[in-house]
Amino acid sequence: MATEYALVIDGARKVFRSGKRSGRWWSVLPGQAPRTQKEVRAINDISLRIRKGEIYGLLGANGSGKSTLIRLVSTLLLPDAGSVTIFGRDVVKQEDEVKRMINRVSVDAAFFKKLSPMENLLYAARLYGVDPAHARREVVRILNIMGIKTDRIYQPLEKMSRGMQQKVAIARALLTSPILLLLDEPTTGLDPRSKKDVQEFILRVREQHDATIVLTSHDMDEADRLCDRIAFIDRGCLVREDTPLGLKRDYARRHGMGEALPSLEDVFLEVVGHSLDEDWADEEDDDDQTEMEGAP
Amino acid sequence: MSVMAASLREVKASYAFIERNFNLTKRYFTWEIVFMVYSVVQALSILYIGDSMGVGPAAIKGPALARVILFLSIGALVWSYLSTVFEIISETITWERWEGTIEYTLMAPVSRLTHLVGTSLFGVAYSLLRTVLILGILSLFFHIDLSHANLLSSLVVVVLSSFSFIGLGIMAAVLPLLYTERGAQMTYVISSALLLVSGVYYPVGVLPGWMQVIGTVSPANYALESIRGAVMNGRSVVDLWPDVWPLLVIGAVTIPLGLAVFQRAERYAKRTGKLKRSG
Repeated sequence: MATEYALVIDGARKVFRSGKRSGRWWSVLPGQAPRTQKEVRAINDISLRIRKGEIYGLLGANGSGKSTLIRLVSTLLLPDAGSVTIFGRDVVKQEDEVKRMINRVSVDAAFFKKLSPMENLLYAARLYGVDPAHARREVVRILNIMGIKTDRIYQPLEKMSRGMQQKVAIARALLTSPILLLLDEPTTGLDPRSKKDVQEFILRVREQHDATIVLTSHDMDEADRLCDRIAFIDRGCLVREDTPLGLKRDYARRHGMGEALPSLEDVFLEVVGHSLDEDWADEEDDDDQTEMEGAP
Repeated sequence: MSVMAASLREVKASYAFIERNFNLTKRYFTWEIVFMVYSVVQALSILYIGDSMGVGPAAIKGPALARVILFLSIGALVWSYLSTVFEIISETITWERWEGTIEYTLMAPVSRLTHLVGTSLFGVAYSLLRTVLILGILSLFFHIDLSHANLLSSLVVVVLSSFSFIGLGIMAAVLPLLYTERGAQMTYVISSALLLVSGVYYPVGVLPGWMQVIGTVSPANYALESIRGAVMNGRSVVDLWPDVWPLLVIGAVTIPLGLAVFQRAERYAKRTGKLKRSG
């Protein structure tokens, strides 16, 4: 199915309900209503379209709904309403096809930390049907490009810095040749050098792999530099979407700034009404004492 | 993609779980030694309790004592095998949550059947090797009389009982998917309950009636009866049929049921956001 859009989200909604259990042993059974209930609207009627080859930024504070949106696209969450399609395939109805087209890098490099990068990446390669011999060569090539020496590739990941682990996470995603790459705060917590390396690699991936990239970030400068278009997300809603330049020009025009342009942070503050550093309630309250409502 | 190519791809993908678990075992080798020492010491303690029946005024001697030692050895070895198979499969999700890789694995384009088949194959191979090693070590301390054993029957029963424990393991693996921390605790309770009611170290006849009733649904009960019959009395699979068919039925019911429940639980976890927690 040919489509100019890599990702189409149409009226997506996701609500998490949680509450304290009564303490009775049967209260842990699925379907038993919690004693008290809290409802968090993590995604509230979001619609967006991302063109093939774009780098699309999702900016918002912690708890604004960015990661939930990425999880909906990644098939890790089911939307309560609306639809998510990737190159025309529905993430719920055509989950298997979608899984072959995507990969995700999350803020925490999710690895078997005792295993080496090579062992972790070979595991990923086998899951995605990549030939192991080809994968072995690619792992060394990609990680060398990212500045990781060959001897480190065979040592446990737990001995690597977070920056290096994040590079391995990006290499893992690339190894499976996704046509839609979901980068969920890939540079958060990295040192400036690692951050710059990862950012340059993201640009290179778009150029060389013809991939579409969705990037969530806290870093306005990073989004400004990397993204073709940016969406501001606040409390589960998409509040503004444009190119970085478009967002800044609009602000400058409305504030009579002439040729001068504001920073993206100024635009965000005006549109959203608070800074990126302000956190909102946890999107997915997953305290072990609180069990989500509903039965399987 | 043709059905053939898709199936081949899934078979290859299942090897990913075998290789990954093998690598993890290698990297946690010190812990493997610790667990092995614990299992051997536990089995030896049981055998020495049995051996103590050979001293004192009411002592049993000769062949009778040898049969007690053999009875207990089979219990210790079969339980070691079956509980390890159960543990590896039931911890499929717990382990991924602990490592923080659960979302990554469930996002990969492999069917849950492939995932669980790979885990089960590793579980069976690992548990078998471990049990053979324990048998070797126990033989250094006790004379384990296998002269009457029907080894073929024993092997067939081990394979059949593996299926039923794989099914139970898959069903237990659902719990950590639904309940992030309590689920892992529940799998230990199931394993302990099976140990109590299955006649691992004593005939089930000594248990209270209500425990014997629970024991009738434990595949370990039938596995132990059959293997004891094959090893101690040289019985064939045909002779053992009354204890073999329940194993077949339990495996035939629990594996497909476990898969169906697992898929449903995965959907529930995706609907409620349960996959996120990794602690």
